[in-house]
Amino acid sequence: MYSHILSIVLFTPLAGAILLLFVPKENKDAIRWIANIFAFGGFLISLPLVPWFWNLRFEPGFKFVEGSANNWIPSIGAGYVLGIDGISFLLIMLTTLLGWISILSSWTAIENRVKEYYVWFLVLQTGMLGVFMALDFFLFFVFWEAMLVPMYLLIGIWGGPRKLYAAIKFFLYTLAGSVLMLLGILFLYFHHHGATGVYTFSIPELYKTAPQIYYDYGASAATLLFLSFFFAFAIKVPMFPFHTWLPDAHVEAPTAGSVILAGVLLKMGTYGFIRFSLPFFPDVLMHTRVRFWVMALSVIAILYGALVSLMQKDMKKLVAYSSVSHLGFCTLGIFALSPLGLSGSVLQQINHGVSTGALFLIVGILYERRHTREIAEYGGISSVMPVYATITMIMFLSSMGLPLLNGFVGEFSILQGTFMEKEIAGHPGWFWAAWAVPGVILAAAYLLWLYQRVFFGTVTNPKNEKLHDLTPREIATFAPLLIMAFWIGLYPKPFFQILEQPVNQLVQNIRPDYGKPAGTMNASVQPRTAAPARQDLAKTGGIPSLLRGKN
Amino acid sequence: MEAMLHITTLHYLVLGAALFLLGVIGVLTRRNVVIVLMSIELILNAVNLNLVAFSRYWQGIHGSTALHGQVFAIFIITDAAAEAAVGLGILIAFFRNKETVNVDEVNLLKW
Amino acid sequence: MLFLDHIWIIPLLPAFGGAGMLFFGRKLQKATVNVVCVGMVGLAFIMACGSVLQYTAWAETHSHQPYQTILYTWLGGDTGHLIYPTHDGAQAPFQADAGLLLDPLSSIWLLFVTGVGMLIHIYSIGYMAHEGGYYRFFGYLNLFMFSMLTLILANNYVLLFVGWEGVGLCSYLLIGFYFHRKSASDAANKAFIVNRIGDSGFILGMFFIAWLCGSLRFVDVNAFAHLGTHSPETLKYITAATLLLFVGACGKSAQLPLYVWLPDAMEGPTPVSALIHAATMVTAGVYMVARSNALFVLAPTSMKTVAIVGALTAIFAASIGLVQNDIKRVLAYSTVSQLGYMFLALGVGAFAAGVFHVFTHAFFKALLFLGAGSVIHAMSGEQDMRNMGALEKRIPVTYWTMLIATLAISGIPPFAGFFSKDEILWQTWTSEGDAYRILWVIGYVTALMTAFYMFRLVYLTFYSKPRMSREVEHHIHESPKSMIVPLVILAVMSLFAGFLGWPRSLGGSDHFARFLDPVFARGEARTLIEEGKAGQLVAAEKEEEHTSPTEYLLMVLSVAAAGVGWYMAKRSYAHAHTGYSEPIKAASPATYKILLNKYYVDEGYDYLFTGRRKIDGVRLGAMGLGEASSWFDANVVDGAVNGAGWITRTTARLSSWWDKWIIDGIGVNGPAILARMLSYPARLFELGLVQWYALVMTVGLVGFVFYYVYH
Repeated sequence: MYSHILSIVLFTPLAGAILLLFVPKENKDAIRWIANIFAFGGFLISLPLVPWFWNLRFEPGFKFVEGSANNWIPSIGAGYVLGIDGISFLLIMLTTLLGWISILSSWTAIENRVKEYYVWFLVLQTGMLGVFMALDFFLFFVFWEAMLVPMYLLIGIWGGPRKLYAAIKFFLYTLAGSVLMLLGILFLYFHHHGATGVYTFSIPELYKTAPQIYYDYGASAATLLFLSFFFAFAIKVPMFPFHTWLPDAHVEAPTAGSVILAGVLLKMGTYGFIRFSLPFFPDVLMHTRVRFWVMALSVIAILYGALVSLMQKDMKKLVAYSSVSHLGFCTLGIFALSPLGLSGSVLQQINHGVSTGALFLIVGILYERRHTREIAEYGGISSVMPVYATITMIMFLSSMGLPLLNGFVGEFSILQGTFMEKEIAGHPGWFWAAWAVPGVILAAAYLLWLYQRVFFGTVTNPKNEKLHDLTPREIATFAPLLIMAFWIGLYPKPFFQILEQPVNQLVQNIRPDYGKPAGTMNASVQPRTAAPARQDLAKTGGIPSLLRGKN
Repeated sequence: MEAMLHITTLHYLVLGAALFLLGVIGVLTRRNVVIVLMSIELILNAVNLNLVAFSRYWQGIHGSTALHGQVFAIFIITDAAAEAAVGLGILIAFFRNKETVNVDEVNLLKW
Repeated sequence: MLFLDHIWIIPLLPAFGGAGMLFFGRKLQKATVNVVCVGMVGLAFIMACGSVLQYTAWAETHSHQPYQTILYTWLGGDTGHLIYPTHDGAQAPFQADAGLLLDPLSSIWLLFVTGVGMLIHIYSIGYMAHEGGYYRFFGYLNLFMFSMLTLILANNYVLLFVGWEGVGLCSYLLIGFYFHRKSASDAANKAFIVNRIGDSGFILGMFFIAWLCGSLRFVDVNAFAHLGTHSPETLKYITAATLLLFVGACGKSAQLPLYVWLPDAMEGPTPVSALIHAATMVTAGVYMVARSNALFVLAPTSMKTVAIVGALTAIFAASIGLVQNDIKRVLAYSTVSQLGYMFLALGVGAFAAGVFHVFTHAFFKALLFLGAGSVIHAMSGEQDMRNMGALEKRIPVTYWTMLIATLAISGIPPFAGFFSKDEILWQTWTSEGDAYRILWVIGYVTALMTAFYMFRLVYLTFYSKPRMSREVEHHIHESPKSMIVPLVILAVMSLFAGFLGWPRSLGGSDHFARFLDPVFARGEARTLIEEGKAGQLVAAEKEEEHTSPTEYLLMVLSVAAAGVGWYMAKRSYAHAHTGYSEPIKAASPATYKILLNKYYVDEGYDYLFTGRRKIDGVRLGAMGLGEASSWFDANVVDGAVNGAGWITRTTARLSSWWDKWIIDGIGVNGPAILARMLSYPARLFELGLVQWYALVMTVGLVGFVFYYVYH
């Protein structure tokens, strides 16, 4: 169990999906029970990871590594290699938790084609877990693409009135990004062969050679390569201006789909930034204008997302745009390239999964009762559904970053991590932090205004008079999220400890001079190491000559 | 009487030819698909008869014990069974659509 | 050291009360709610008294250090490996404790917050007796006490910020308590969002401090501030940090330009206005600036800003208060104005005087609000003073206690307000530089206005002619005991609290300021060192001048101002009858209109910043930006995406046309059509009947056989 825990966690949902195939589709309740058992079982099975990982949290490198490089398709160097560090550990736990919650929340919401729904949902779950576990680019890409299909079907079959438009937009948009990433992966793959003579997709191996591209092919080639990954991840996050698929997908997706989409899928973009963009292209980030634009886009996303959500008339759309704003904070923290910013960013991703996941559940509960998400249709709900109103208030507060709830911890770390940098892309750190801070004000504005319009006042719409309050099952879906919100808010120390090693390692790789006294500040301008076989590269070939630089 | 009673290969061939003719006439003239199928069976059995007869004849000439003809016959019987199954399957599907088993009402093969 | 060692229990007591109410309150009896909630605050008060007593004893033996206790590391991994660089290139661990600190400054707040808080809880039992959501109200109140106590007892800025936001939240919840009313929820939103604007400044200020000091603990920050000399560069950053902190204080303590939420906050139940929007929460900004005094004295620009903003707010709000007709609004503007006084004191370096005013103000302003609540209670919910009058005999206890509070706030000796207000004005006068004399003049005029509008309130409410309807008049009754007792206690405090700060010039020993010396003395000594540049008040000079005749003169002058205000109010309102005339309206209708409409600031903000109102159909402010962004998003960003899709689809359509008609049509189907035409005769031979084909086959076969046999 110990040495194969990752595979077990990874394939439990898939096993459930396969088992479901054998259940007759008329037997809806049996299907629901089985899906819920497997989703909850998937969560339970991932729980032993917590104590095991806790003991290893300060160890360097990846933990629970399974399989060795190239063991899957040796001829092309693809391997079935899984492994996690603190960052992926937290995201995996978030995925198993949210997977369970969203499957539980679909019990009454999904009435047609129940079997397919749960099958696809469980497949999706495996796909997402695989993305966070894979230590091989080939495997990673397989999971990355595999998870698109179930999501596409979830939106396209069980979605709202414009579901096809939204599903196709989601699919094509993300696919366009993935294709660029595939090119980038191949470039890295061939470059690795050029440098070492070995064909491999192993991510730890590529870590060793990829930073050399900046020196082997020049800054512009490396920047293009960075961008090929950047587009894939930026679309997934989504960063401004690649975000427009998100509101459409969210509005049309079924509630559980939105929860997973916001809670986990978006994190695959930020995870990609942390896992690939930063360690592969440190020099591109440190020595080109790219970082300025990324930081600027993050700040724009924070403010723009918040401003747009202020004016939304559809609750789900409002929450979707607030995701853009929150994810802006995450990318801001990532590209501040400081340990604090990165820890805050990962923590904020977890927080966003918890609180925005809960917000989508909240919208879903009203939608299930009234079949509309128009804000104007509601008003005075807190007199009709007091428990619901209380939970909503707590989750809204968590989302707007009220201290002692989770949102604050993440935002505070991100902002402080950004603020403390002496210089980020030609501007002092406080410049960026100061631009991001109004996002916090706007968050309060759009959430409280939404709360006022939906919950306060008197019930004016007769259809709202007889809404029933939360059922025990619905409370059960919120309970774990509430616990997480308070836990991270009150006692985030374990999270910071889990993240400490990976973020420090990352920053150490990117900026070897970080935290050193000011005298050695210019060390990073030098090439990191002499390229092992640079003069042979042209001969070994394998790299498109188009991208070959001048040095 | 002895000669009269001795059944030669020729007898078998004549019987086979007669059966074959009956079968061909049945296939060409009857409208009911079931009878057409039965007629096809007749043709096949005529062929079987010939095969077995020639096999015996071959053994008599060369003194061998080869059973090729008999084996072929068994294959054909199997094949005939399969063919009947498929044919009847098609027939049932056809009957469901057209409520008839008359073969001259089927001319979709035209173009 | 029983109490001091367990000081962390103090904030937790109301936290448990609040959490209990919110989770289980729905099923509880009112009596249980009372016992739990009031009991928790009462216990907190007892523990607070014990802790402060023990602290004073403890401090004697520990050279008056602050007492600090750290429960656990809240933010950060507590391993020291999660670091960030500070301004001098050194590394500092990212850390914020859940830790508490008790020193004289927090002691004072602790005492009056728990004390006044307890009284207001008791008062609420009577006031809220007939309201729905009783448990909710007390739950929020307890939650507020928890947040406020966290704010006071925090040992670092981040934890202070926890309390800071927490009180903001509770204020939001309580202002919106009557959530059925749109005006209430509007006011609640306004309060929270305006506070958030201040908080964003506070956050950035905190980061500057962390960047400078490498820590956010008050003791470390003070140690840094007291550390020798600072380079001009560092002083620049300290100025930035303190200015940003002051932005936070402006939000929380309702100073210009962020004061707009406080008057609207009166939508909440009256005990809330008394507790949160008068006595305790709104003084958090004063507390924070006083807490950061070591940094503020290093930044003369910030000090000046604080003083000027404070003075301007004082007179600005007082002038609006002159003409308001809602009894709670008058008090709200009065609160804004008094808070301005406090900041004026802080800005001129008279930290102790500012804190003293906070202390006295807590009693008399809470009393005024509770008294107003009692009046409203008696008047069956009526808040408009134009419909009151002649209540003196009908509700005598309320009348007497409110009169005491009015005398106190107007600065008439020997009531509490006299001592604190006089001290502030005197310190302003003696501040170095003639420019500060202008601030004194402002403060002086404000004192006159204060006396006028407060006595206007008293005359319109308790004297003059009854102007209420017959039915309301019939129902007038004195409030129940649970409401009266707190009034009386607060009245006693309003009468005597000032004696704690009896100035030396009047033969006292100014206990209050001496008690606070460990907190402020080093800051004031610091100003002494920096005297030439800083231009701040010098402590030594203060001592010298303290007995100068000027002080007595100013004292007499300010009492005279109060007297003049009283006289003017009496002349105008003592016999006011239905349709009485406002003296300001008589003198200048335009001024009256501007004042009555609060200088149109709310409207201006709605036009320019929130965008709730349009100018000629154009929406500005946040909502305007939001609309523009939404349009941009739907048309430009998403338009580009859909445009890309459209281009793809159009290209595809063209290709598909080409494919269908040219490639497939001419290239492939062309030959096929040709073949078809040529093959037409052959098709005539086909009948499609199985037997026809079989016949043809047979005939053919037979034909072949005949051919080969007979050939």
